[in-house]
Amino acid sequence: MSTVDPVTPVLTKRWLSPRSWSIQTYEQLEGYTALRKALTATPEQIVQVVKDSGLRGRGGAGFPSGLKWSFMPPNEDKPHYLVINADEGEPGTCKDIPLMMADPHSLIEGCVIASYAMRSHHCFIYVRGEVLHCIRRLNAAVKEAKAAGYLGENILGSGYDLEITVHAGAGAYICGEETALLDSLEGRRGQPRLKPPFPAAAGLYAAPTTVNNVETIASVPYIINGGSDWFRRMGTEKSPGPKIYSISGHVERPGQYEAPLGTTLRQLLEMAGGMKDGIPLKFWTPGGSSTPMFTAEHLDVPLDFEGAAEAGSMLGTTAVQVFNETVSVPWAVMKWTQFYKHESCGKCTPCREGTYWLVQILERMVDGNGTEEDIDTLLDVCDNVLGRSFCALGDGAVSPIQSGIKYFRDEFLALCQKNREKNRKPAMAGAN
Amino acid sequence: MTVAPEKNELVVPEGHVKLVIDGIEVVAPKGELLIRTAERMGITIPRFCDHPLLDPAGACRQCLVEVEMGGRPMPKPQASCTITVADGMVVKTQVTSPVADKAQQGVMELLLINHPLDCPICDKGGECPLQNQALAHGRTDSRFVDRKRTFAKPIPISTQVLLDRERCVLCQRCTRFSAQIAGDPFIELLERGAQQQIGIAEEKPFQSYFSGNTIQICPVGALTSAAYRFRSRPFDLVSTPGVCEHCSSGCAERTDWRRGKVMRKLAANDPEVNEEWICDKGRFAFRYTGAADRVLRPMVRDKATGELKQASWTEALQVAAEALTKARGSAGVLTGGRLTLEDAYAYSKFARVALGTNDIDFRARPHSREEQEFLASTVVGTTPETGVTFTGIEAAPTVLCVAFEPEEEAPIVFLRLRKAARKGRTKVFHIGQWTSPAVEKTFGTLLATPPGGEAAAVDALSSHAPDVTEGLGKPGSVILVGERAAQVPGLFSALLRLSEQTGARIAWIPRRAGERGAVEVGALPTLLPGGRLVADAAARAEVEQAWGLEPGSLPDVPGRDTNGIIEAAANGELRALVVGGVDPYDLPDPQLALKALRTADFVLSLELRHSAVTEFADVVLPIAPSVEKAGTFLNWEGRRREFGTTLDGTGALPDCRVLDTLAVEMDADLFTQTPTAAAGDLARLGTTSTARAAAPTVESRQQSLPQSDGQALLATWRQLLDNGSLQEEEPHLAGTARRVVARLSEHTAEVLGVDKAETVRVSTDRGSVTVPFEYADLPDGVVWLPGNSGDVRVRRELGALHGSPVNVHPGGTE
Ligand SMILES: Cc1cc2nc3c(=O)[nH]c(=O)nc-3n(C[C@H](O)[C@H](O)[C@H](O)COP(=O)(O)O)c2cc1C
Ligand code: SF4
Ligand code: SF4
Ligand code: FES
Repeated sequence: MSTVDPVTPVLTKRWLSPRSWSIQTYEQLEGYTALRKALTATPEQIVQVVKDSGLRGRGGAGFPSGLKWSFMPPNEDKPHYLVINADEGEPGTCKDIPLMMADPHSLIEGCVIASYAMRSHHCFIYVRGEVLHCIRRLNAAVKEAKAAGYLGENILGSGYDLEITVHAGAGAYICGEETALLDSLEGRRGQPRLKPPFPAAAGLYAAPTTVNNVETIASVPYIINGGSDWFRRMGTEKSPGPKIYSISGHVERPGQYEAPLGTTLRQLLEMAGGMKDGIPLKFWTPGGSSTPMFTAEHLDVPLDFEGAAEAGSMLGTTAVQVFNETVSVPWAVMKWTQFYKHESCGKCTPCREGTYWLVQILERMVDGNGTEEDIDTLLDVCDNVLGRSFCALGDGAVSPIQSGIKYFRDEFLALCQKNREKNRKPAMAGAN
Repeated sequence: MTVAPEKNELVVPEGHVKLVIDGIEVVAPKGELLIRTAERMGITIPRFCDHPLLDPAGACRQCLVEVEMGGRPMPKPQASCTITVADGMVVKTQVTSPVADKAQQGVMELLLINHPLDCPICDKGGECPLQNQALAHGRTDSRFVDRKRTFAKPIPISTQVLLDRERCVLCQRCTRFSAQIAGDPFIELLERGAQQQIGIAEEKPFQSYFSGNTIQICPVGALTSAAYRFRSRPFDLVSTPGVCEHCSSGCAERTDWRRGKVMRKLAANDPEVNEEWICDKGRFAFRYTGAADRVLRPMVRDKATGELKQASWTEALQVAAEALTKARGSAGVLTGGRLTLEDAYAYSKFARVALGTNDIDFRARPHSREEQEFLASTVVGTTPETGVTFTGIEAAPTVLCVAFEPEEEAPIVFLRLRKAARKGRTKVFHIGQWTSPAVEKTFGTLLATPPGGEAAAVDALSSHAPDVTEGLGKPGSVILVGERAAQVPGLFSALLRLSEQTGARIAWIPRRAGERGAVEVGALPTLLPGGRLVADAAARAEVEQAWGLEPGSLPDVPGRDTNGIIEAAANGELRALVVGGVDPYDLPDPQLALKALRTADFVLSLELRHSAVTEFADVVLPIAPSVEKAGTFLNWEGRRREFGTTLDGTGALPDCRVLDTLAVEMDADLFTQTPTAAAGDLARLGTTSTARAAAPTVESRQQSLPQSDGQALLATWRQLLDNGSLQEEEPHLAGTARRVVARLSEHTAEVLGVDKAETVRVSTDRGSVTVPFEYADLPDGVVWLPGNSGDVRVRRELGALHGSPVNVHPGGTE
């Protein structure tokens, strides 16, 4: 398969409409019809449809969404919360914010349906604080939806109430991790929480909570309208549905490309106009910098959860960062590692100290002062961080290094040249 | 026939699971953390953030092990301090798993890359978990050749606690202790990543009565105390187990000393009592024994000059014996509330046998006859087996604190209350005057009354606060009452009625370490040892027999209490006074007490340091502080807290020895030459089945607010860290005391016209104090003052009690 099947754009279908973000445009283009339908069903029925659709979380881990929702207790002894993760911090990821800018009502409609399904009466959208324009747009959309009766008390006469609060985050990558996000939302320092208890048992304010990504929830209205079978017609068996791939880097037309899950880089590059200036591809990430990098060998790997994993990486957030032959891998790896060092929350030893150390080795190597032992040390420290950290940030932090050395060891070795030569000559006459 | 091999199947009791750790089958209670199960089997998994009394954090990642569940290995090594045991779990620790071993070595190396390796000058060096575990589980040399993280060092986070941030391994033990155990979250993690550090808010020091515990549980030398920093190396110290001499909790301590000098005190682990914590007073207040005014030699007042001059023991004892023999039958004994059981017993026996009097009282504070009846009827003889205990408090559905400020008066009781309440199983109520920090930190409900109105409030509970009586009705509920109750007529009687009505048990929690023991040995005018009544002939006969006295030789008339003794001495009815560790300014009427000391023909003072009593004493006999003697404190639970001598051979003698020798001079035998002898003599008395005292039945009174302008009712109690003489010589500790302020409601301030002023002047006909004030939720018409803090010395300056009317005026600018 060398070309992409023409997919009906689903998630992005309204993005190019005039004033796509307004409630009028949204309503003209089927907006809020799924909500009407959902309110006639029982919460259990909605959870079942989402389960049947096979929708998996779009925040990176790919957890089956219907299953996650079913963890919420059936009673309402405590308030239930739905929290939308709109922190979008993974390097290279640029899909949630464009979605919220272009089509905020699709998220809001999804929030109402999902909240209804989980018996929640208060939904929070946690947006990274830097994107003020997006926060404004969401707030305006919430207002519009409220005025139109899609939000607030007795929604569309159903007797169901829901409030949505748009919350501006305080700017840290770790606040995208769902439990750190909850701490941050509660007004604390964002650091991941010990699990169990899982959020469905004790999340926000120790009440049952579900955290979902923007794109996950924005997919829900289409599933309600189209049905689970329709949804499964897109994508692959275990990773069904449409997905927004954010393509950045050395391509002709970087941007958001919606395609069914399982699309390959070869196909995506075609959609994005090919490599920029025809300079060949060297390496790329399938799902952000936390997913091990791929090379030109992997052009035909199907980009769904299974395909990416089989090829030794992860689908992550489908943030496809493309680098051509002009880019030094050790340099890129160093830049990414600086990011992780800067963003490590500090809670656990491996990530906090590991990134601190790794950065120094990489900086030294890129400066031309590396040694071959440094490469071994890098790999060994990575091994001591991966799977030893408190949360997945630490795991992600070592991905670029491990995969970079795996595919491009020569480039790292080249940085040790100077020291190798130095060692050949005695440092001081007579010192040997 | 072959015998079937015996199967060694482990039985799994109800509520337990079976798992395998390092190839060994083990049964563990459900919910137990893996790290503890392994530890019980003798497998020590290295750890830093884990602490058995703190909620798990999983932060340091030092304790990783491999875990297999349902036959499937978990993909990552698991933190054994956060994962609970499960049936069928198969665990491999560093002992059997190369993966776990490598993970642990890896974390250890990462912890060390930024560690300063200044062990040779670090207080923790030699007793440092990081040092020890690095040796046991770490690499021999470091691969880290780059730049270490540095910070300015050290920073004081209070006057007592210093922080070296670069030594910190960010385990969060200190912050979790402060937030969870003490409820004083004044230290927090700041910044993130490698810059993450412990810190305090600007201008908000780490003010906690329990801050020293963070130093002790810090697994590295990041937290040190200003008092101990750089003073000694752990391997130069001798450690002796001890018991804290300050409050009635009776904490187990470890005293570290060298060359005859105590260098520091640490909390010892006693799950029944203080768990692993002590308060800062217990930890840091010990240098009073080295004060310059310590009495080291006997002294006799020179007739000619009127000055005390050093004398030999022989001379001093002779002078004292002669005077006291003359005054036999006309001498009173004030022991103070800080004696060991053995020493108090010696005073009790000395009064009866050598002085022929029941004029003895340990209560060097406001007291009442009702209190005496309560102690004799309800407190004496209770033991941990029969009475309320620390663990009983923890298990109680409801706790009512009355006239008792737990954090200030018995800080370890406070910690238990908080622990119980934090788990959400115990509801705590406080009858007091304002929402003090302890009320907040025990998640408590305040039932506010005017000072002196507590008894009426207790009587009104069933009508005004039925939830309290209902709660107290649940089995296991308790009522805790403090020393202040003696200042509220009718309160003990009302509490006994409440206890009767609800079934809740009452515990009396005095402030001083020796009070509970003094009750037991009969250092009271109506009681002989063991709760025997002075007025009961059968009881006297028991004692006479045990003491080898002639039948009928014990005085049979109940004696005078402290107030009575003071009054009688002041007006010449009593000729001699024998005074232990008593500060006249703690007494209800210090002026009268001074007059009594001045008027009495003869005053014998047994003292550690020169005091307001030695100023008037005719003979001063030096006695040993608790580190220089052995003995037993009876804590508020009635639990025996025995301790041996820490500093041997200082020559200081315990009170019981001094009294024994003195008695010999007076031709009486006490058999209390040593604490052991005294304890043996006391034990020979055994228990009694003679009559017990009747419970008090004093009417409770409605407290009325003062009617005249500019007056308010005084509420007052002492703070943990204050002017107490055992806290002298400890400037670092003193710096963590609470700010000295008066408290009153905004409305009261307006009515009294002080709302615009910066300070209030509180006065009586005795004198006045001027002090800044804060608003708090006190009842209208009430002003609160700390009992003895800074310049505010309520008894000394005002001669006032809890519940006394006082004048309140604007105090002008500070
Ligand atoms: C370090 C870190 C950062 C993360 N950042 C984000 C993020 O920005 N947005 C997001 O949706 N999920 C993020 N996640 C994943 C969330 O923890 C969580 O899995 C997700 O929000 C669940 O939603 P989903 O089931 O809809 O995917 C992050 C996870 C980690 C470990
Ligand atoms: S891996 Fe550890 S230090 Fe890193 S972000 Fe997660 S909890 Fe914080
Ligand atoms: S100061 Fe000590 S107890 Fe506190 S986090 Fe650092 S190492 Fe842990
Ligand atoms: S001891 Fe287990 S993570 Fe720190």
